[in-house]
Amino acid sequence: MENTINLTLKVWRQNGPKDKGRFETYKVENISTDSSFLEMMDILNEQLIKENKEPVAFDHDCREGICGMCSLYINGRPHGPDDDVTTCQLHMRKFKDGETVTIEPWRAAAFPVIKDLMVDRTAFDKIIAAGGYVSVSTGGVPDANAIPIPKVDADEAMDAASCIGCGACVAACKNSSAMLFVSAKVSQLALLPQGRVEAKARAKAMIAKMDELGFGGCTNTGACEVECPKGVSITNIARLNRQYLAARFSE
Amino acid sequence: MSNFLTASIGRKFIMSISGLFLMMFICVHLGVNLLLLFDDSGELFNLGANFMATNPLIKVMEPVLGLGFVVHIIWSFLISLQNYKARPVGYDKSNAAYSSTWASRNMLVLGALVLVFLVMHIIQFFIPVKTGGLEATMIDGVEMHNTYALVAGLFKSSVLYCILYIIGGALLGFHLGHGFWSAFQTIGMSNQYWLKRLQCIGKIFAIVVAVGFAIIPLYFLIKF
Ligand code: HEM
Ligand code: SF4
Ligand code: FES
Repeated sequence: MENTINLTLKVWRQNGPKDKGRFETYKVENISTDSSFLEMMDILNEQLIKENKEPVAFDHDCREGICGMCSLYINGRPHGPDDDVTTCQLHMRKFKDGETVTIEPWRAAAFPVIKDLMVDRTAFDKIIAAGGYVSVSTGGVPDANAIPIPKVDADEAMDAASCIGCGACVAACKNSSAMLFVSAKVSQLALLPQGRVEAKARAKAMIAKMDELGFGGCTNTGACEVECPKGVSITNIARLNRQYLAARFSE
Repeated sequence: MSNFLTASIGRKFIMSISGLFLMMFICVHLGVNLLLLFDDSGELFNLGANFMATNPLIKVMEPVLGLGFVVHIIWSFLISLQNYKARPVGYDKSNAAYSSTWASRNMLVLGALVLVFLVMHIIQFFIPVKTGGLEATMIDGVEMHNTYALVAGLFKSSVLYCILYIIGGALLGFHLGHGFWSAFQTIGMSNQYWLKRLQCIGKIFAIVVAVGFAIIPLYFLIKF
C-alpha cells in the first residue's frame, strides 16, 4: 500500500551570487512517502518546467549517500529531519501531510550561493590543497602485517576517513566553522604512520587556510557532530587542536 | 608566533587558558566564602578574609587575576565578532536546539551577564574593603577588617540583593556547565574516552559552583 502526501514548499530562490534572493512558495501533490527528498525536488522541477518557470537549482550526484554533493537546509537542519543521512537518503515518510517545508542553502561567508540552493564549496578543496595529503609517494597498498597499526587507531582513522566533504558541519555550526571537516582530514592521516610525519605542518597549514577563507572558529557547541551524516566525532577536533598548538609552540 | 593571537585556534587557546585560570580563582573564592556559613559570630570568615588580604602570594596574584578577567572578556568579544562575521546571511528557520545546548550557543550572553554581576559585586564588596571604610575587629589580638559585618549586613538587610546573588551563582553555573569541558577540548586535552568524562565532571563542577555561591545568600535569607 502506497501513501502519498501533499506539501507546501518554501524554497530559497536566488538568480546568482550578486542577487539578493527571496523565498518562493510552491505546492507539490501526491508525493509518495517512499520517494527520496531529491526525487520530490525533481517532481517540483518537472512541474515548474511545465509551467514555463525556471527550475530550482540544487546540488546532487551519486544519490546514494557517498559523494557529499547534495546539501539543503531543510526545516532548520542540514540534510533535514533524519539523523546520520544525506539529503539524497532522506525519505519523504519523514514529513507529514500538509506540512510546510522550508528549504534553504548552506549559509556561510566561505560558501557563497551560486544559484538558488547551490553553494560554492571549493573552499573545502582549497583547504585540502593546503596540506590534506601525504607529500611523498608511499607506494602501493602494503601487506597488512608489514606495518602493524593498533586496531583502535585503525578504527579511529577509518571513522575520520568516512567524511564525504558535504559541508553540513559548516551549515550546522553557528560560527560557520569548518573545524569538524578539517579535523577529520587531519586525523585520517595523523593516526597512521605514513601521515604522522607531516602531522604538525599539515594541521598548521590547513588551519591557516581555513581562517583565510573566512570560516569561523570552534566554540565547541557540538552541533557539527550531531548533524554530520557520517557521525564524525568532535574528538577529532581535540586532536586537531593538540597538533596545531604543538606545531605553533615548536616553531 | 606572529599571528597566533589572531588565528582561530590561537584565540580559543587564550579563552581556554584564561577560563581555566578564572575557574581556579572561583574554587578558592568559593572555599573562603563558604566559611560564612559555619560561624555566625563571623570570626572564622574574618580570619579567612584576613589571611587572603595579607598573604603575599595572594597579593601577587591579585593583579594577575584582574588581567585574567580583562583578557578573557576582551578575547570573548573578539572571538564572537569574528564568528559572527563568518555567517553574513542567517537562516530563516533554524532548529539549533536539536543539535546543541542553549548555554553553548550563548556563552557571550551568559558571560556578559556575569560581567554585570561582577561590576555590582566589586562596587559592593571589593571597593569598600580596599578603600578601608570598614570597621575594625580584634581576633586573637590581631586587628583586622570586619568583612563579615559587610557581607552579612548586606544579605540580612536586602532580599533583593540576596536574589541577585543567587542569580549570579546560577549564571556562572550555566557558563561553566559548557565552559569546563570546552576549555579542555580547546587545548586538545580530550579524546574518545575523556570527552564524556570531562562533560560529566563539568556538570558536577557547575552545579557545585552554582549551589555553593547561591547557598550563602539563601542561608542569610532563611536564618535571619
Ligand atoms: C568568573 C568568571 C568566569 C569564568 C570562571 C569563566 C570561564 C570560562 C571558561 C572555562 C570558558 C571555556 C573556554 C573554552 O571554551 O576554551 C569560557 C568561555 C567563554 N567565556 Fe567565560 N568565564 C568567566 C567570565 C566571563 C565573562 C565576564 C565573559 C564576557 C563578558 C565571558 C565570556 C566568555 C565567552 C564568550 C566564552 C566562549 C568562548 C568560546 O567558546 O569561544 N566569560 N569562560
Ligand atoms: S565532517 Fe561530516 S558534516 Fe562535515 S563535511 Fe565531513 S561528512 Fe560532511
Ligand atoms: S548525492 Fe551523493 S551524497 Fe547525496
